[in-house]
Amino acid sequence: MNASVDALRATFGTAIGRAVESCGDTIVYVARERLLEVLRWLRDSPEQGYDYLVDVTAVEYRDRERPLEVVYNLRALGRRSELRVKVELDPRGELAVDSVVPLWRGADWLEREVFDMFGITFQGHPDLRRILMWETYAEGYPLRKDFPLRGRFSRAEQVRQALNANPEVHYSMEELSIAEAYHELPPDMRERIRRGEPGTPPDSE
Amino acid sequence: MKRVMETKEVAGQSPNYLLAKFQGLVDWAVNASRANSLWPMPFGTACCAIEFMATAASRYDFARFGMERQAFSPRQADVLICAGRLPFKLAPVIRRIYDQMPQPKWVISMGACASTGGIFDNYAMVQGIDTVVPVDVYVPGCPPRPEGLLYGVLLLHKKIRGESLFDAVPRREEQPLDARGLRLSPETIDEISEPFGNSVHQFRST
Repeated sequence: MNASVDALRATFGTAIGRAVESCGDTIVYVARERLLEVLRWLRDSPEQGYDYLVDVTAVEYRDRERPLEVVYNLRALGRRSELRVKVELDPRGELAVDSVVPLWRGADWLEREVFDMFGITFQGHPDLRRILMWETYAEGYPLRKDFPLRGRFSRAEQVRQALNANPEVHYSMEELSIAEAYHELPPDMRERIRRGEPGTPPDSE
Repeated sequence: MKRVMETKEVAGQSPNYLLAKFQGLVDWAVNASRANSLWPMPFGTACCAIEFMATAASRYDFARFGMERQAFSPRQADVLICAGRLPFKLAPVIRRIYDQMPQPKWVISMGACASTGGIFDNYAMVQGIDTVVPVDVYVPGCPPRPEGLLYGVLLLHKKIRGESLFDAVPRREEQPLDARGLRLSPETIDEISEPFGNSVHQFRST
């Protein structure tokens, strides 16, 4: 068991849930409300020093009663130590968790991918929109268990939507003024661009 | 005499032996030039592209068949080789590339994924690029060996040599998407996208 778990319990008390060891890795569950605080402490406290966010991903289990999990793989480059932090989200409630982009800028696209595939909202993310599927994708979140393997629409409808799509609407916000696909964007993205929101950089560092 | 009758049939309008002979000669010359200088537009999206590169490299060297220059611009390309799977996100891209290619143009669908969707019978993948662009030659394999692609190219040569400029049926004209923005009818697309083989047994909820 990773010694960081005891240090976490001593510092945050009840915000730290159960901790298990699996295949040599330590997994620690953290309360959703204090996730950002815990991760900031893990990154900044000198004896922890988890300065590298390896991956952000999510898990949904086949058992519908089990909560969804958002998984943060941390690595302390100096100490060569790894820790896996998980947050549980009730599938019946709001699927939202604080964004860790203010801590690790590299979490930007990782969180966008989790949002794209699971529909989990990351509050405070500077530019939360789909990253693998296209902006106008309307069939839902592909890695959720209730998503049919071949998609919700018929193949003909999928081909029709794909062929009618303008490839330029996949460009990033910065490129859109060149691509001139503004009017084909979804309304909420138009609104974001109109507000002059090119994807604000995270404030820390 | 048999040859004249055949030529007459192809030529359609002319019973004239000399004219038919002349048309045959023109067809031969035009088709030989087209077939022996096919410039490929590689659309490589997956492992088939690696085999495509092997085909283009020195050991297999499809420059021997006049494909010396790979046209990385669709405007100078004759044959679009889709090497690899095509996700729905790339469907409008390959369609635009196809539309930008000048006539005459051909399409080779290389490998199982481009031809049928292959093992990727899922939400993100086009089930056969023939639902997006018309295809002339399907090369089977996962991925096909370079010999397989070369055989496909030679089949395309054969197909080109069989075309005629003087055919009453205009073969070489643009086939734009219809009003729905589709190439085939929705029923046809659903039919050819049906799961087959092992994917029939795959679990499909709702």
